[in-house]
Amino acid sequence: MIAFRLGLFLVLVVLGAAAVSLVWVPQDVGAMAIANKLKPPTLAHPMGTDHFGRDVLSMIMVGARTSIAVALVAVGIGMGVGVPLGLAAAANRGGWLDEIIMRGNDLVFAFPSLVIAILITATFGPSAVNAILAIGIFNIPVFARVTRGAALSLWTRDWVMAARVAGKGRVRISVEHILPNVANLLIVQGTIQFSLGILAEAGLSYVGLGAQPPTPSWGRMLAESQTMISFAPHLAIFPGLAILFTVLGLNLLGDGLRDALDPRLRRSR
Amino acid sequence: MTLLAIDNLHMAIAGHPVLRGVSLELAAGEVLGVIGESGSGKSMTAFAVMQLLPDAARCSGRITLAGRDMLALDEPALCAMRGRYVGMVFQEPMTALNPLQTIGDQVAETIRIHDDRGQDDALRRAADALTRAELPPERFPMTRYPHELSGGQRQRVVIAMAIALRPRLLIADEPTTALDVTTQAQILSLLARLAREDGMGLMLISHDLAVVAGLADRIAIMQAGQVVEQGPVSLLTRGLTHPYSRALLAASTHQPARDGGDDGDVILRVRDVVRDYPGRRTLRGRAPAFRAVDGVSFDIRRGESLGLVGESGCGKSTLTRAILGLEPVQRGSITFRGQAVHPAMGNDLRAGMQVVFQDPYGSFNPRWRVDRLVAEPFHLAPVAPDVARHRVAEALEAVGLRASDMQKYIHEFSGGQRQRIAIARALVTRPDLILLDEAVSALDVSVRAQVLDLLADLSDRLGLTYLFISHDLTVVRAITDRVMVMQAGRIVETGPTAQVLTAPQHPYTRALIAAAPTLPTGDAA
Amino acid sequence: MLRYILKRSLSLLVSLLIASVVIFAAVEVVPGDPASYMLGMNAQPDTLAALRDELGLNGSLIQRYLGWVGGMLQGDFGVSYTYRTPVAGMVADRLAVSLPLAIYALALSTAIAFPAGIWAAARRGRLGDTMVMGATQLGVAVPNFWFAMLMVLVFAIGLRWFPAGGFAGWDKGLWAGLHSLTLPAIALALPQAAILTRVMRSALIDALSEDYIRTARAKGLTRGQALRRHALRNALIPVLTIIGMQFSFLLAGAIIIENVFYLPGLGRLIFQAISARDLIVVESVVMILVFGVIVVNFAVDLAYAAVDPRLRARE
Repeated sequence: MIAFRLGLFLVLVVLGAAAVSLVWVPQDVGAMAIANKLKPPTLAHPMGTDHFGRDVLSMIMVGARTSIAVALVAVGIGMGVGVPLGLAAAANRGGWLDEIIMRGNDLVFAFPSLVIAILITATFGPSAVNAILAIGIFNIPVFARVTRGAALSLWTRDWVMAARVAGKGRVRISVEHILPNVANLLIVQGTIQFSLGILAEAGLSYVGLGAQPPTPSWGRMLAESQTMISFAPHLAIFPGLAILFTVLGLNLLGDGLRDALDPRLRRSR
Repeated sequence: MTLLAIDNLHMAIAGHPVLRGVSLELAAGEVLGVIGESGSGKSMTAFAVMQLLPDAARCSGRITLAGRDMLALDEPALCAMRGRYVGMVFQEPMTALNPLQTIGDQVAETIRIHDDRGQDDALRRAADALTRAELPPERFPMTRYPHELSGGQRQRVVIAMAIALRPRLLIADEPTTALDVTTQAQILSLLARLAREDGMGLMLISHDLAVVAGLADRIAIMQAGQVVEQGPVSLLTRGLTHPYSRALLAASTHQPARDGGDDGDVILRVRDVVRDYPGRRTLRGRAPAFRAVDGVSFDIRRGESLGLVGESGCGKSTLTRAILGLEPVQRGSITFRGQAVHPAMGNDLRAGMQVVFQDPYGSFNPRWRVDRLVAEPFHLAPVAPDVARHRVAEALEAVGLRASDMQKYIHEFSGGQRQRIAIARALVTRPDLILLDEAVSALDVSVRAQVLDLLADLSDRLGLTYLFISHDLTVVRAITDRVMVMQAGRIVETGPTAQVLTAPQHPYTRALIAAAPTLPTGDAA
Repeated sequence: MLRYILKRSLSLLVSLLIASVVIFAAVEVVPGDPASYMLGMNAQPDTLAALRDELGLNGSLIQRYLGWVGGMLQGDFGVSYTYRTPVAGMVADRLAVSLPLAIYALALSTAIAFPAGIWAAARRGRLGDTMVMGATQLGVAVPNFWFAMLMVLVFAIGLRWFPAGGFAGWDKGLWAGLHSLTLPAIALALPQAAILTRVMRSALIDALSEDYIRTARAKGLTRGQALRRHALRNALIPVLTIIGMQFSFLLAGAIIIENVFYLPGLGRLIFQAISARDLIVVESVVMILVFGVIVVNFAVDLAYAAVDPRLRARE
């Protein structure tokens, strides 16, 4: 419970920072002040300034928007495509549709999100949209698999049989009976994929396959800080902590949700 | 000589009392039957003797086994006791064995833990134990894995593990509940023989009075964590005194009052039905098909209650699904009210048939309220919302619940109440035929008696027709007019229930009836 | 058993085939002609044609695909557009860094996760378990490349125990090579070790709640004996799945980590190739990565069968 609250707190702080940055930041991230460059943390700049004299705190606040947006849309793609696929596969267990969906899943699983990003970038050039697509595509088989696994065990229940006796078809049963009973699991998996998405976005931006300048991004801030790490370590420490706390918060939140939601699921299993 | 003495045993799990002053005694060479419904604490008593309890459990009182105070022993001393002085057999043979280890190794492990003279010696003695458990290695090599054995064979492996070191006490916790009736009879006689041969004390725990009655020297009846009555097994015939034990005995042999079926017209006609399941696809083509239902023919008349009896895997569930029009048949025909039954049949035909399943806990979507659950069959015959509501309330009241229960979720109800709700759901479209698929098998005997009464009452009042599928001859005797016996996909015998059960013609029916445990007759209750 | 292997092998081949089509198609979508890109705006038409011929850019899509796959089967990955040298040689040099790095990291992660997971599961709910779980929460949340940067700051720049980057090369001896791969391997391994520890712990806890553990305890086994002899092997099945998946994460993660340490691995090669639009190199390296993932998953499938007799029996 303490862990859950800590997670909720961290996530709210990050979401709050991203929301506030829409209307106000301590210092405009576009404004450069070379005279003020590479300042360690002070009262005026709690996280110091970078090599252009920009306020690191402001950049982290704006960077939170990129991270959240990319990860959220990627989870949306994964769920939007993966969940219906998983439901369809389970409803046609052992049939050709199930076979195609599962083989397709295996195939996508063979392409780590970074490799997908590399392929997309090689083809269309780097951008934040690529990062979203790459992480989103990677999320599809994850959600399809989780949904199918849970749905398969639900399909063997007597109450699904009762629905069939009541003349309901596979699609209707999937929507009315199966989906509400896998929703908890999907919420939990959603938070996990959300946090993995934040990490993946940071990694892609770090190697230059994600958001391009001037869009601020935690991963690129880290990449830029690397050459200066020996004399300006604050440039590396704060964006890293931002990623760490965001991911930690989401994971704690996900674990707490699972503990809160799962016992019911377990009991009925 | 007293082998096991339990004296005023109290136990609480996480502060919640489970046992309240249990006292039992068991002598060497004696069979003690412990009887109780679910939640009576009978299994917990057994686990307390083994001291295999959840971490949150706290015991007080005394458990003396072979002269040792079990509650005073530390964990290493308890480990030295378990397996050597006391062995245990569990309810669920399908999960009691490690799936990744051969049966020989698993039996040998008991020996090596307590008396290690090398693997060869242990395997030799394991072979001996398996032979005594009637699973001789000549026919069932010790290199087999559990998944290569049937449920009854796996239970023999568990028994071999428990008796390998010839312990003084054997605890059998519902050892045959998960098994078919013929296998049950074999396992029970095996346990009795082993106890007799080794002079071993046997504590036999069961929910089924009849199982215990055939085997026990003494019985103890438990309710809500207490022993309400104990004494020689002859108590069952000479008269129990405690009201609960009398009620339990009465419920076990309960026969609901029924009018009996009238000779209506034929409502369901099944002719030469064959249902094959295709074999697995392999690299060399398809394996041969499995024939689950093999040329079954019968009629059900309106108002009749027809029983279908058979052991697991005989095809009765497959036949049920075919009759419900959920699966196609390969040959033959099923006609209901003169129309053909098949997976694509019309909703009006479907609405005439409903079903009640075995497991009251798995029969309902946990996220729906009772009103929506019971109203689900209206999908077949849509009615206006207020009519549906009225009919749901009516159905709930018909099964002895209140209309106000509509607003509740299913987890707020007990197993027996859930089975009533399942019956309400089956009634709501006012069908002609209800299939009862082991509908009372998962219920405690006292609840089962009430549900049987309800079913008898409903069929009399509403003129319902039942197809009653069960493995339990006692239940079939109580609720059906005619009975069919099914074996390996075929109907081997049909006839009026009383006649088939008292004068069976087919050898299989005879074997079934002989194997079914029965209560001794006397001035019962 | 033989059938199981045959069936898995067949699905391995099909996966590889489809993956190669996907990769080929993705790279084929790219607009522009590598030959004219290489020669610049003012290239002579006949030089261009000669180069196109040399690069194997003539012919229909299917011909070019078959040429690419056929070449790979014989160890010929084509010629780099920018370096004009065989891709196979370049890739082999880089694999000599990336593959040992991934294996080193996997070994580290397993070596940490197994004891930690078993230890935590055996102490479920007690202080030791809570501490291990807290540590894994942090481990899972740390971005590995950031962790790598911090380690460079502390152990290379601060303490000077390890080089800040670069690769000594295997010709200077095994120890020198491993020494320069140690920080990258730790950076890669720690987050994976955290995940694997959690999986190991929860798989063990699930196995410990199974009926056969109760049976084992009734035979007189102690908690520890029951865990080691019965729970562990049953818990291995989910753990193997995760180890298989981790290998693909490690291969991908290595691409990023190589950037932190300036290691001459596949990752550096692929980024150089992308910026130089050297698509044949991108295509080949991606195919090798995907090949690695698919083969590892095949190996995991075989490992399942070694662990579980029920799988051996089926097919």
